[in-house]
Amino acid sequence: MSNEKEYKVYVENRQLVIPGEVLAEGDIEVTSPFIYRLGNRWYSSIIGLVDVQDNKLNIIPLEGYYFPKVGDLVIGLVIDIGITNWIVDIRAPYKALMNASDVLNRQFNPIQDDLRRYFDVGDYVLAKIALFDRVHNPVLTLKDKGLGKIVSGKIVEIAPSRVPRVIGKRRSMLNMLIEETGCDIVVAQNGRIWINCKDEQLEDILILALKKIELEAHTTGLTDRVRNFIREEKSRRGIE
Amino acid sequence: MKKEKPKLIREDGLRHDGRRPDELRPIRMEVGVLSNANGSALVEYGKTKVIAAVYGPRELHPRHISLPDRAVIRCRYHMAPFSTEERKNPAPSRREIELSKVIREALEAAVFTELYPRATIDVFIEVLQADGGTRTTGITAAALALADAGIPLRDLVAGVAVGKVDGVLVLDIDQLEDEYGEADMPVAMMPSLGKITLLQLNGVLTPEEFREALKLAEKGIKEIYRMQREALKKKYVEIKPEET
Amino acid sequence: MSTTPSNIPILPKLKKESIRTLVAKGIRIDGRKLNEYRKIVIEPNYIPKAEGSALVRMGDTVVLVGVKMEVGQPFPDTPNEGVLMVNAEFVPLASPTFEPGPPDENAIELARVIDRSLREIRVIDLEKLAIIPGEKVWMVWVDIYVLNHAGNLLDASSLAAMAALMVTKMPKVEVSEQGEVKVDKSVHVGSLPLNHRVVTVTVGKLDEYLLVDPTDEEELVLDAKLAVSVSEDGRIAGMQKMGPGDFTVDEVYKAVNLALETGKELHSILEEYVAKR
Repeated sequence: MSNEKEYKVYVENRQLVIPGEVLAEGDIEVTSPFIYRLGNRWYSSIIGLVDVQDNKLNIIPLEGYYFPKVGDLVIGLVIDIGITNWIVDIRAPYKALMNASDVLNRQFNPIQDDLRRYFDVGDYVLAKIALFDRVHNPVLTLKDKGLGKIVSGKIVEIAPSRVPRVIGKRRSMLNMLIEETGCDIVVAQNGRIWINCKDEQLEDILILALKKIELEAHTTGLTDRVRNFIREEKSRRGIE
Repeated sequence: MKKEKPKLIREDGLRHDGRRPDELRPIRMEVGVLSNANGSALVEYGKTKVIAAVYGPRELHPRHISLPDRAVIRCRYHMAPFSTEERKNPAPSRREIELSKVIREALEAAVFTELYPRATIDVFIEVLQADGGTRTTGITAAALALADAGIPLRDLVAGVAVGKVDGVLVLDIDQLEDEYGEADMPVAMMPSLGKITLLQLNGVLTPEEFREALKLAEKGIKEIYRMQREALKKKYVEIKPEET
Repeated sequence: MSTTPSNIPILPKLKKESIRTLVAKGIRIDGRKLNEYRKIVIEPNYIPKAEGSALVRMGDTVVLVGVKMEVGQPFPDTPNEGVLMVNAEFVPLASPTFEPGPPDENAIELARVIDRSLREIRVIDLEKLAIIPGEKVWMVWVDIYVLNHAGNLLDASSLAAMAALMVTKMPKVEVSEQGEVKVDKSVHVGSLPLNHRVVTVTVGKLDEYLLVDPTDEEELVLDAKLAVSVSEDGRIAGMQKMGPGDFTVDEVYKAVNLALETGKELHSILEEYVAKR
């Protein structure tokens, strides 16, 4: 009996919570930075949906910026060029840096190399977060399969907090989207989504579907509703 | 011209606008009213109408005014020129400078600034129409805007002003009661945590009256807090998916 | 726009820790008890050219207040009353963190808190300051000059302002038959008419402890402060919570009681140093 965990959870799975809301009491395991403890009580610090599994609590935020995490896949927008690096907007509170030596994969010589030839202001880049510790700005890397400049397709922006919904449990939502539209889709953690479709009609439908997911992220049964939505749109437009 | 002081408590014990001493004005709140801001809210206490917007957390320039271990909060409380009886000069007054400071401190107690070192969280409060209690209305709106921006908060912050008029302690004073009353005491709290983040007294109270006034403020703040929570959740409930 | 201060001096962590540890034992780094003020010295009439003045030393904090009386126009909504104006200057010689220029938010807040504590309880009998009702009245300028910032500027400034008002002399004024106002500042006709005396006591909160009269070093560690203005008859004449932290309701009650108690001491210091002279 002594090992028995003593806890009380006051919220239901997928319940909408707001800052200051008491979630639980006692021996709770927390995997979100947005749950905090005061005395014996656990509170939410953010608007989000709680994930409850026995005494494990997590919150999926519904609002807010992208917060960089090492290893995250992001789509950045080059906004400035420094002497040895590019300054990249990744929709986080902090601008990211992409170093010339990482992109060129060799020693960088500012006299010979013109950085603009590789990435210019306004270019999108698919990259990974290599370093980030809050004291320094996040650093990006291209050293992995499929990373680099984005030269085709389209970028759709959604709220970064809605990314988990676009992917879904075990990629269920994302797989459904790919299946139903036949488009190539890359969902970056910072809420930028790269899509590449066979034709404009499908692209249109996919964008509408993504926006629908963003808007209804906090509701249940979403995958089925989005699938139906895509099918209806396709038949309305006379596709396949 | 010196105006005659109006009767603020009527024969029947009610206030000049018919409210009981412990009654709030009609309150209205709406979250997410501006598309450009990361978070926003419009709040009305009676005829007082205040809009708040939050930008950030975002990088702060110049760097030397940032903090290495947490975010700074920049807060501006400002009254629109048309918000008052006589046009208000839009340049910041000493009053607005002071109120920007106490409001910033009232909100700063709630924000987990340590999550965003070197960044800034900007809170802009515009009083669109002033009829008493503008700073507390502003705090209530700003807290909603912060939550709407997804900024981590210990709790929402809700505010209300208690006054003493014709010798009676009253909740949520309007401009007439502020102008001719004996005391105006704005209070803001994090209600779930029972913590006071703003407290000012503009006027004179005995220690006993002060205790009563603070109790009255707590009561009003609890009601306002309930409305804040509803307003925040309403934003998500309204986007109900159509039945299929 | 108000910004979280970033030009604050860095206090070594060890010092912060020792302030904390000591306060938990009920003492301060300078040996005081939590409810104990530093040594207070008031020098009234420090600037004889001003109609009233006082220099206050509160430990190492030094504040000088000068009161000037001038003839001016009344406010339209109070045509038969004199006018009170309070201004504070944090001059750069007082602290490495003070910059030249117009008063910043801290100086403005301090001046406005003191202004309200004097105005709301009607410390000055402004109705006696009308010269030609509706046209000419006395304007009482209270100028607060912080000379050395070693913490608790508000209490020191409030005390200096009150002391200066208590020794303020009314200049002789004559109204000619044509309605011209002539002031002779070399002749005094009694004291500024006062109804009340007010002092301000700032209570600092550190963890769950409350203390009065924080030094500048202690201020860097405090969670928040509550300033309570206390009249000679034991009423609360104004309040202001300062700093980015919070108070529980219970702590506020305790802080107010502490301020009311300690305020009595400040009132007796005013009596001794100023009224009895």
